[in-house]
Amino acid sequence: MLGTRAPFVEGTRSALSSARGLWYIPVPFKGKRWCKECGALSILVDEHTRVVVQGITGREGTFHTQQMKAYGTKIVAGVTPGKGGTVHEGVPVFNTVEQAVRETEANTSVIYVPAAFAADAIMEAADAGIALIVCITEGIPALDMVRVMAFLKDRPTRLIGPNCPGVISPGKCKVGIMPGHIHRAGSIGVVSRSGTLTYEAVWQLTQRGLGQSTCVGIGGDPIVGTNFVDVLRLFEQDEQTEAVVLIGEIGGTAEEEAAAFVRAYMTKPVIGFVAGQTAPPGRRMGHAGAIISGGRGTAAEKMWAMEEAGIHVVRSPAEIGATVARVLGRD
Amino acid sequence: MRIHEYQAKELLQRYGVMVPRGEAVVTPEAARAAAEKLGGRVVVKAQIHAGGRGKAGGIRLADSPERAYELAREMLGMTLVTPQTGPQGRLVRTLLIEEALPIRQEYYLGIILDRAARCPVLMASPAGGMDIEEIAQRSPELIFKEHAHPALGLQPYQARKLAFALGFAGEQLGPAVRFLLGLYRAFVELDASLVEVNPLVVTEDGRLYALDAKVTFDDNALFRHPEYAELRDVNEEEPLEVEASRYDLNYIKLNGTIGCMVNGAGLAMATMDIIKLAGGEPANFLDVGGSATTERVENGFRLLLSDPNVRAVLINIFGGIVRCDIVAEGVIQAARKIGVTVPIVVRLEGTNVERARELLAQSGLKITVAQSMSEAAERVVALARQG
Repeated sequence: MLGTRAPFVEGTRSALSSARGLWYIPVPFKGKRWCKECGALSILVDEHTRVVVQGITGREGTFHTQQMKAYGTKIVAGVTPGKGGTVHEGVPVFNTVEQAVRETEANTSVIYVPAAFAADAIMEAADAGIALIVCITEGIPALDMVRVMAFLKDRPTRLIGPNCPGVISPGKCKVGIMPGHIHRAGSIGVVSRSGTLTYEAVWQLTQRGLGQSTCVGIGGDPIVGTNFVDVLRLFEQDEQTEAVVLIGEIGGTAEEEAAAFVRAYMTKPVIGFVAGQTAPPGRRMGHAGAIISGGRGTAAEKMWAMEEAGIHVVRSPAEIGATVARVLGRD
Repeated sequence: MRIHEYQAKELLQRYGVMVPRGEAVVTPEAARAAAEKLGGRVVVKAQIHAGGRGKAGGIRLADSPERAYELAREMLGMTLVTPQTGPQGRLVRTLLIEEALPIRQEYYLGIILDRAARCPVLMASPAGGMDIEEIAQRSPELIFKEHAHPALGLQPYQARKLAFALGFAGEQLGPAVRFLLGLYRAFVELDASLVEVNPLVVTEDGRLYALDAKVTFDDNALFRHPEYAELRDVNEEEPLEVEASRYDLNYIKLNGTIGCMVNGAGLAMATMDIIKLAGGEPANFLDVGGSATTERVENGFRLLLSDPNVRAVLINIFGGIVRCDIVAEGVIQAARKIGVTVPIVVRLEGTNVERARELLAQSGLKITVAQSMSEAAERVVALARQG
């Protein structure tokens, strides 16, 4: 089995997948890309995204499958072990992701399975050759995510989340749980560790006529598959994106790393906010990752690092939209 | 989830980590009996979920069982105030009576999750007894780190590297390596987010002991450790937070006067921030969950209003997929049912927001409807000042 890697798909096809005879292996969306036929251009998801919903028959899975379909997302398959062969919400259900990929050419997965089984679901999707996995599930044990990240290493799969609202490219595709109607297509990229706070920021943008290119919720857990830097890199390369809104929160050093990246590589303006300026140390503020430990990870530190890097830091969460407008000279 | 020192030591012992002989007691008589069993000379240690006990008089040496009895009488029921407890302190209900060891040297050992490296990291330092933050500030060159392989775990050579870095050699090398590997195995198998031994001591006769131990469990992993329920000490938690956990709500008590109820953790933090910017102080963090159902809003009200400091309440719900008029009806029903007397400012955004605002305005309750987050914050701060 090993050593039989097909020579004509360099880098995009794992030895494991080729051994299983999968002919359609989606390209990992790790850089700039566009569709030669229709010119579609956005990061992570677009009209060509073909989604398999893991946990489709559950309550959350069912509801959000309806919502995503209504938004126009191509939901091509669902997976619930034991319910293969059935049809749910008009979507064919499979027992395994591998089957779903083989039958439907799904290239993106969205995961709504409970926390106890979510790590396994991510690994299953990656092994099936899924290029982009969006894990909505909240409450996955941190050490499970350590193992998941080790599993994903060296595989051409990007994981967004867990504990995140998902990804949306307004007017094109929505993979996740965010309310579609508050978005509007445009040129602002949004990346955030939060859910409803992101909706708040997006709504402020939309109300000012500032549409979004893509909004990415990277998740509120200590270990997430895609961090700020990964998304900033995509936005910097994305021709549709003209400015980026970055919404951080207390805990960890993701904002500081983002600031260092912005300083070194970003040419587009970045507007930043950090939630938790009033959070007490040592307490987990709802999100598993939102905790100030040992005096590190405070909002003040992060805002300082961001300002130093030339990011336009907003102090009031009500001023995000207005600040973007001001920075772009559209107020 | 946090546990007591004596519980942490019991757990670590199962992984081959050496701990001093000891016994947890709740009465002075039991303290005396334990001291007799341990040979007379003991350390009496207050068991609270906070560090800094030594300097605050929470760790004391007794030369005899009688002295242990006296100290236990003094310490049980005392309120211990340390830099980590806050000014209100913590009531001492349990003591750990432990054999007193002749100590030659102290070290620091800790395991946490390195978020950026996405794997556990072992930290060791010869500067034992100090907080790791203190060591990091004063002498970062004295902290040695080894990252464990995310799938394969900590390897013996890594434990040896750390042991050598700490200066262990000869007969102590083997026990030190076993100690480190045991500690790592405990971290993984217990689903911990922190395992800390500070200090690790070497006794005069060259043996290694975890003199103090701290274990914190990953809250996300509690579902696969039902046995941890027994280790929980609700006396150590804020009563309102215990109640919140019963309702499955994310609530953290703070010291201000403005109660806030928000859907989503990020927006909840941002709401606290904007209250502060408007010149007020938030009384709490409360996330009622993305969908803000009537039941959750009702329980949220119960919590907010059990805090006597609350003068006004700010509800900030970003409707999104949930319809705002349904949220508004939930808020009105809950406010009526609970009999809310303090002024409420509501800021809703999302589908059917106009209808929601109408409902709130016509409810006959003391509800102010705000159009934006900043307006809501300003209004609630003004109302809290009046009330």
